[in-house]
Amino acid sequence: MEALRERLIGRALLVVACSVILALAIITYFIFQAGLPIIVRLGLDDFLFNTRWQPAEEGGSFGIGAMVLGSLWVTLGALVVGVPLGLAVAVFSAELAPEWLSTLIRPAIQLLAGIPSVIYGFVGLMVLVPWVRTHLGGPGLSVLTAAIVLGIMILPNIISISEDSLRAVPAAYREGALALGATRWQTIWGVLIPAARSGIGASVILGMGRALGETMAVIMMIGNSLQVPRSLLDPATTVTSNIGLEMAYASGEHREALFATGVVLFAFIMVLNLAANAFSRRRLQA
Amino acid sequence: MEPMRPGKINTPALTPGPGRLARRRSALIGGALALLFLGALAGCSRGGNSTATQITVAGSTSVTPFAEQLAEEFMRQHRGQQVNIQGIGSSAGIQATQPGAADIGMSSRALQTDELAELEPIVIALDALAVIVHPDNPVENLTLEQVRRVFAGEIANWRELGGPDAPITLVNREAGSGTRGAFEELVMGKGGPPLSYRAIRQGSNGSVRAVVEGDPVAIGYISLGVVSPQVRALRIDGVEASAANVSAGRYKLVRPFLFVTRRGGTPGPLATAYLEYVLGEEGQRSLAQAGLVPAPRKETRWKR
Repeated sequence: MEALRERLIGRALLVVACSVILALAIITYFIFQAGLPIIVRLGLDDFLFNTRWQPAEEGGSFGIGAMVLGSLWVTLGALVVGVPLGLAVAVFSAELAPEWLSTLIRPAIQLLAGIPSVIYGFVGLMVLVPWVRTHLGGPGLSVLTAAIVLGIMILPNIISISEDSLRAVPAAYREGALALGATRWQTIWGVLIPAARSGIGASVILGMGRALGETMAVIMMIGNSLQVPRSLLDPATTVTSNIGLEMAYASGEHREALFATGVVLFAFIMVLNLAANAFSRRRLQA
Repeated sequence: MEPMRPGKINTPALTPGPGRLARRRSALIGGALALLFLGALAGCSRGGNSTATQITVAGSTSVTPFAEQLAEEFMRQHRGQQVNIQGIGSSAGIQATQPGAADIGMSSRALQTDELAELEPIVIALDALAVIVHPDNPVENLTLEQVRRVFAGEIANWRELGGPDAPITLVNREAGSGTRGAFEELVMGKGGPPLSYRAIRQGSNGSVRAVVEGDPVAIGYISLGVVSPQVRALRIDGVEASAANVSAGRYKLVRPFLFVTRRGGTPGPLATAYLEYVLGEEGQRSLAQAGLVPAPRKETRWKR
């Protein structure tokens, strides 16, 4: 009786586990099925590198070049803001902070990760956008604003994984460096960070994926302009924010083109995730 | 003897034996879940049913606030009947109406030819597009030609319009938006210059208004019904954007708000009652109070 129950529960869990894989397969299938035909029709280069996006007109033009560049700029900007800050917090929390402080920092970081992105966008819109407009010029809705807020949003990814990998560095490394007369800073910079680099690398890539995929906060802060941004203060648009902005009203070829944009995004994110996996695998082997 | 802690009462699984209580509770939870699931199924199949006490009206985000207000008034008079309004965009609303996922669609753009084959548009009111700026902006009047050149990106500085020496921040709607479609048709014109690709794009009337509220050099366009004191509507060719000027035919930037139903077959009693309410005297009066212009009597059957 009990054995039967065990088997049944085991089977049920197997089905649930398989449904996760099934969900992934279904999503992949539908995005590609809806988006690939128009990419084939237009040709991949024209779709990716043309910067004219006029989807709603007769014989419209579907080039996502401006959005791809926008995504690239915003993601890079987020990394410039988020990586040094996140790494600094991780080092402080793992190496320098007294125990009570780092038990305070960890839940705070988790809380930061739990804030819905629309709230980040709202705060950015209320605080950062007017500040940038009055002090730096431009409309305030800009690549810079979005990058700063995204940089903060990716902090939890970067901090938690970097901190874990810093803590995982064997104590012998630390002690060895200190015994050789290295200062604390030299130990951190010359020994610990290099030893934890694969974990730190994985955290950066995951943060990059988060920044690239973020939609709501970006829609609220970037201005969604279809131009190729020429300065950090220019409004721009990203691959995700354009899908989010236009999907509700899109029909026909326009809708297909948005799904095709999704295909491109899907490919980006897959590559990033594979890279992150490769990094963490190296960490396990190291 | 150790005092009993309340936490212990709730842990029957820890008692030896099969734990009948736990099993009964899991059966209860399972039953509740099954009920919920069935309820959801029943809820899904209800849309489009002719004996429904609930209908779904879905579409344009521009029409949504007005349709919601009318639905509230309608439901106050018809107890126990439910009119659900969903603002999902004109095109999505039209698409949802075709298979009957929505009983009535809302659109702020004219229907395309292939859509007209299956769907019938009904004008519920006229809406004016107001071209709005920040209240501190000294510019008060633009010609239609100037508005066109501003939104085409040909005029990029307020100095050229009699204002201060400051770059113009253009605020546009996203491609496919009914409001944008109407603006293109009414201002840019067929064969006219395209809307500037450099403009900021926002996803709703409200967010266009919010950007213009915050930016002293911005210009955008929204539905006249949602103009607030935090922004100022420009006069176009000397004519103020007002309901009176729209019904008199003096203000030119006017578009219809449509309800869309399937051709052939009646929409069902509740949908019909709601439609009649909206087009009737009471509905039209409250639309007028909300800042729209009542549908012209003879044109309630709108064709592109």
